[in-house]
Amino acid sequence: MPRWLKHKALGRFFSLALAMAVVELVTGPPGSNETPTAGFSGSFGEKVSFFGLFPVPRIVQFLAFTVIIYFLISLWRSYGDRLRDGVRSLTERPRAVANKGSVRWGVAAALVVIGALLPRFVTDPFWQTAMVEQIAVYVLLALGLNVVVGFAGLLDLGFVAFYAVGAYATAWVTGALPLPPLFGVHLNPFFAIPIAIFLAMLAGVLLGTPTLRLRGDYLAIVTLGFGEIIFLFVDNLNGITGGSAGSGQVPHFSVDVGPLKYVWGLAPVPYYYLTLAFVILFVVAFSLLEHSRVGRSWTAIREDEVAAESLGINPLKYKVMAFSIGAASAGFAGVVTAAQTNFVNPSVFTIYFSINILVLVIFGGMGSIAGAVVGAVVIQTVSMYLIHTPPAGYQPQDLYIYLGALLIIMMIFRPSGLVPSKRRQREIGLAESGQGHMDEVLTGDVP
Amino acid sequence: MLEVSNAVVRYGAIEALHGVSFEVSAGEIVTLLGANGAGKTTTLRMLSGLHAPVAGTITFDGRDVTRTKAHQFTSLGISHVPEGRRIFPQMSVEENLEMGAFRRRGSISEDIDRMYETFPILKERRKQLGGNLSGGEQQMLAIARALMSHPRLLLLDEPSMGLAPMIVEAIFRIIGEIRDAGTTVFLVEQNAAQALRLADRGYVMENGRIVFTDTADKLLVDPRVRAVYLGEAV
Repeated sequence: MPRWLKHKALGRFFSLALAMAVVELVTGPPGSNETPTAGFSGSFGEKVSFFGLFPVPRIVQFLAFTVIIYFLISLWRSYGDRLRDGVRSLTERPRAVANKGSVRWGVAAALVVIGALLPRFVTDPFWQTAMVEQIAVYVLLALGLNVVVGFAGLLDLGFVAFYAVGAYATAWVTGALPLPPLFGVHLNPFFAIPIAIFLAMLAGVLLGTPTLRLRGDYLAIVTLGFGEIIFLFVDNLNGITGGSAGSGQVPHFSVDVGPLKYVWGLAPVPYYYLTLAFVILFVVAFSLLEHSRVGRSWTAIREDEVAAESLGINPLKYKVMAFSIGAASAGFAGVVTAAQTNFVNPSVFTIYFSINILVLVIFGGMGSIAGAVVGAVVIQTVSMYLIHTPPAGYQPQDLYIYLGALLIIMMIFRPSGLVPSKRRQREIGLAESGQGHMDEVLTGDVP
Repeated sequence: MLEVSNAVVRYGAIEALHGVSFEVSAGEIVTLLGANGAGKTTTLRMLSGLHAPVAGTITFDGRDVTRTKAHQFTSLGISHVPEGRRIFPQMSVEENLEMGAFRRRGSISEDIDRMYETFPILKERRKQLGGNLSGGEQQMLAIARALMSHPRLLLLDEPSMGLAPMIVEAIFRIIGEIRDAGTTVFLVEQNAAQALRLADRGYVMENGRIVFTDTADKLLVDPRVRAVYLGEAV
């Protein structure tokens, strides 16, 4: 390494400039087959407006950004601690109030009311659809994965499998698949809810029993494999799942009991209320679970599996339970998606989907139910906003660049997430300072 | 009470215990001595089901427990205080104690109070996180947590490790009290002098074998033990 790079401040500036150059390259104009280098040179040389003042090549703008960011980082390094202490002392009172049990319940009740009234204020059909398909469903998935990753500390990279099981179970019992439904009866999707949840939980047990004997990295890789296996199954079993074409004949929910007749149509709002009801149900159920005997044994296993075992906790049993319980909400999310869109298709159930859900959980705060909800709402709203009103030059595939950057920043400044669970925040803090047992999920360390 | 005969334990291709036999009778404190790498911890891991032997048998109260899983031992009445204490760092002292009674039904508050009587320092620290305790306090918590399951046999792995002599003294005194209260103790220790002063009998282990055994009083004056474990010239 050259000597001037070893100079800390210079080295930092250089690394930052390099990172900015990469950002510049990935956000620049695309090249083409005829002029393969155009994208590269365009990324740096294209004329852009310098803060709306005068045109300059992009590289100049980025260098200006580099200097500004470097300046901000330097300021943070010198005054950050003081700033943090100031903010902390200012927010001490409000935080103490917010931590009171009654206030927390009040906030939860207020959120439910806001959630219930939301469709009155959000009238744009794009956002109404997004609220169901892209936000509420993802909240359900994040809640489920939070049980696995947050409560039990198991890194599951194949969580999409349970979502797929829920969606395909719905298509199956409603008679939308080539595979004939049980007893030839085409059921209403309402009846698919318990069946799909049951099958997803069963899948959790079946996938969990062999894989959960492994820990850390090994578990992550095996779950990744199982996620892919499910994808390949539904993609290739033409006679059972309809193969890569899937099925477009999943019926909507409907109620037809005596005088009560109602059909959930293509309109998203009725689905929104149905999903909201189940989100509340899962939030309540998972909160109760967190503080139950089962929840405590998850905490014990996460903190020290050997100690937990020596106290009579069967780690495999409780880990499989976490897998299975987490799968329940994913299974229900599958029902909603299949019934609302009338459609199941294997192209959704990929590894990217699993990672996306994991990002929601980590962003919101592992082990925190509120975190899972907030993380899912915030990230999905941001990505929907980018699709709805894309900034200049934004392309859909750029989403993951921004989400990745967001996650990195989050990991540096607030590794325990937006709404951290207290215990998890301390565990991560300990792991960071090199004490105690490293957090498997964050470090991949296998004890 | 506990009988181990010809137990062989392997780590992959390496044989760590080459046919180990010993026994512990009800009401005794039995200690297992040995240098680093002699196989003491392996023996305890085997006794608590963390590492099953490939040959030999373990019986507890006449019942074959050779293949019993680690998490089933507490229900049988064997409790293991693992090496390095392994308390739950982010749980409070009280929560740690509650976890100790995981396999039991019914009220546990009386037991917790009883633990606070035996270990008054834990009562002072009841709301503190396990990870913030000192080493000695953690060791006391680990022992108290293991006692919460009402074991008839308590397995202790190096309770004196890394602790100040005064703390070690206190912990050994408490181990004596535990035995007087009716719990049999099997103690693995490097601190041979302390362990032998407390124990009734001792086994000495070398390279995965038990090389000799006697009453603690005799071992304490045995020249071989004195030379190797008590650091005296022969």
